[in-house]
Amino acid sequence: MPEDNVQQSTDLLIKQWKNNPANLLQILVELQQQFQHIPQPSIETLSSELNITQGQIAAVISFYSFLHSQPDANYSILFSDNIIDQMQSSHDRAEQLASELSCKLGQISEDGIVRVGFTACIGMSDQGPAALVNGFTLTSITSERVTQIAQLIKQKKPIANWPAEWFAVKANIRRPDSLLKTEFKSGQAIKNALQQGSQAVLENLSASGLRGCGGAGFKTASKWGFCAQADQTVRVVVCNADEGEPGTFKDRLLLQQYADQLFEGMTVCAATIGAAQGFLYLRGEYRYMLAGLEKTLEQRRLSNLLGNNIAGQKGFDFDIQIHMGAGAYICGEESALIESLEGKRGIPRNRPPFPVTNGYLNRPTVVNNVETLVLAAMITEHGAEWFNHQGTEESAGTKLFSISGDCEKPGIYEYPFGVTVNQLLEDCGATEVQAVQVGGPSGQFIPPAEFNRKLAFEDLATGGSFMVFNASRNLLDVIQNFSAFFQHESCGFCTPCRVGTSLLVKQLDKVMVGHATTRDLEYIKTIGTLMKESSHCGLGATAANPLLDSLRRFPLIYKARLRSTGFEPSFDVDASLEEARQVTGRTDAGAHLPGGGV
Amino acid sequence: MSGLMRVDGFEVAFEPGQTVMDAALAAGVYIPHLCHNPEFTPHGSCRLCLVNINGRHVSACTTPAQDGIEVENNSHELITRRRLLLKLLFIEGNHVCPGCEKSGACQLQAVAYQCGMLAPEFVHFYPLRDVDASHAETIIDFNRCILCELCVRASRDSDKKSIFSISGRGINAHLTINSPSGKLGDSSFSADDRAAEVCPVGAILPKHTGYNVPIGQRLYDNEPISKVGDVDAVENRK
Repeated sequence: MPEDNVQQSTDLLIKQWKNNPANLLQILVELQQQFQHIPQPSIETLSSELNITQGQIAAVISFYSFLHSQPDANYSILFSDNIIDQMQSSHDRAEQLASELSCKLGQISEDGIVRVGFTACIGMSDQGPAALVNGFTLTSITSERVTQIAQLIKQKKPIANWPAEWFAVKANIRRPDSLLKTEFKSGQAIKNALQQGSQAVLENLSASGLRGCGGAGFKTASKWGFCAQADQTVRVVVCNADEGEPGTFKDRLLLQQYADQLFEGMTVCAATIGAAQGFLYLRGEYRYMLAGLEKTLEQRRLSNLLGNNIAGQKGFDFDIQIHMGAGAYICGEESALIESLEGKRGIPRNRPPFPVTNGYLNRPTVVNNVETLVLAAMITEHGAEWFNHQGTEESAGTKLFSISGDCEKPGIYEYPFGVTVNQLLEDCGATEVQAVQVGGPSGQFIPPAEFNRKLAFEDLATGGSFMVFNASRNLLDVIQNFSAFFQHESCGFCTPCRVGTSLLVKQLDKVMVGHATTRDLEYIKTIGTLMKESSHCGLGATAANPLLDSLRRFPLIYKARLRSTGFEPSFDVDASLEEARQVTGRTDAGAHLPGGGV
Repeated sequence: MSGLMRVDGFEVAFEPGQTVMDAALAAGVYIPHLCHNPEFTPHGSCRLCLVNINGRHVSACTTPAQDGIEVENNSHELITRRRLLLKLLFIEGNHVCPGCEKSGACQLQAVAYQCGMLAPEFVHFYPLRDVDASHAETIIDFNRCILCELCVRASRDSDKKSIFSISGRGINAHLTINSPSGKLGDSSFSADDRAAEVCPVGAILPKHTGYNVPIGQRLYDNEPISKVGDVDAVENRK
């Protein structure tokens, strides 16, 4: 890494990103890709050119899992650590790879060549175990593949020359419905929108009953309407493609095969609210899609569907820029996403004001999920009836589900809202099901007695994650995985989430090793409830859900592990006497405390 | 919009732009808080000022006052919750009150007394944190930092120096200093900075003086924080 090279790249990136401090994160992400870390000279240049202190830049680097201030290995292989990937033997594969490369898991090898570790769910649980190698996705990693990977790394073969099929991401569409099946004519929705005018587009959207597909379900027409009314002229459209909820991968399909619809939806939104600027915030784990998405954008510019005077409408200027995330689940929260878009740490903002009035750089901003924007384009092209002739009263239309775990056919399923858990289980070929996690770790843990419940905002609301666990699984492993995930992803801003997520992990560890008592379960409930009711944002408010839910619905999995004493110290008194016994050379009964001193 | 709200049944008037916390403080109604200081942009991170408005738990320091709202503040339920939050703050850092220079004039300790906290109850994290004594006039003991970001805000907004930042994420979030070595002595920090005064706990302290005020005569030794007010308000913003 010659120093002038670093300097040259840094200068070029600063220029490419228009000397704009709001683009800091994008510059850092590119530097990380080029140099496996953010070199100190780059930080110094960025600090003086963008007028941000070095301390603040270091603070940003330290927030994102994929940014490093010290050189990462030449080959950084991070296995997806979602519980579903674990069930597909991800840990065995990781250990095998580390052993074949003679390195320690989680550490950079002594020669600096390789690091084998883990990262949060990378959105491939239907084709796991999966991993990221220098940011690019490897799927369905078999034991043989691990050996092949190890060989290529030993030969120092650049990943650009690795076999392309290793990086193939299957679509896995199992049940298409209206969204995935209906034909789409590029540009038609924009023409309709421009012809009908904003009011008509909003009325049509409102009539369709479309609600945000990220999970919260806010009415899309209302969000657009509020933003259109905000009294500022420069407005912004943001697509939230930070699909980070473990077990969710439906946006992956849309981004890969329906990007034209997505950008059309963003442009329709821009025409409706009067926006000139658009962003696609793409999670770092989906870097492999970046080139394809840029190409689609370029094609749309050539077709006059982006840029100036779009579709021949004088004065309708709008373009979309892709911003990469860098490994932070919290950035899926819309105000944290906006902070991240502005190049900062992804800390959720205080509300009010809401993004629709004060979003990106304080401009009125619509932030919508990928699926929502694709649907908005389709509804504007085909009419409200096309969407809402299916579904339930409060949940019109269809929804994409990402089904993974113990089933024969994991993949993407599109159903009208109101479909039952049972139906999904039957269609995906799941048997002897012990539990289903609906909506990811922040969602709900459903036992068989509730499998007749409906997936809809009226009953089980979900962003689309649907993870199946059969009778052979230990549910406590699942809960432990989810709790560790939240501990890792808490932004650390507010007290209950920052401390609570760690405390819950400790309490659960105590249960796992068989040292907990009923009192410890009460502590879990107390802390979990506090987090639910006092956290700054949705992450903290839902982080205890896996524990609270399972304590309520599966109490026996905990009770089987409890000790019968009323009180259990947090350390083993007898074990802590060991050092003293060794020093004094005593082995007699009097030097021991039976039962650990309890 | 100005108007009237009720806090625990008492009428509190508010001016346009005031938050529930602003109006309550102005009216002499105490809502427990640590990260709030009226001089700086509300933060909402310690969550101690959690109040209940129409069944929703919100932080009083970030919620705009509204005409006619009923604010539940001093209820058993909310005090219990605040006590829990305080316990989390105590176990997260290394707070050894008997040996701390700030004891008796520490807001964390005073609010804990106010809320009736008797013991931390949960297992301590005992994190390994440093003490930074590199500066000639001021010492930073990171063991006591509660991440309220008051020094961050004061240094950025009042002193225009942006010396402090929060780095890391989750439980690894920690206060950092903008200087080549990461040490305070290497930064442009001065003991005259506003950032030197605002720490509500004993994390940022002046050097060359210590234990001057005897126990029994310290700020909160004889009256609770609800009557005395914040350290910064009493000592620096007279």
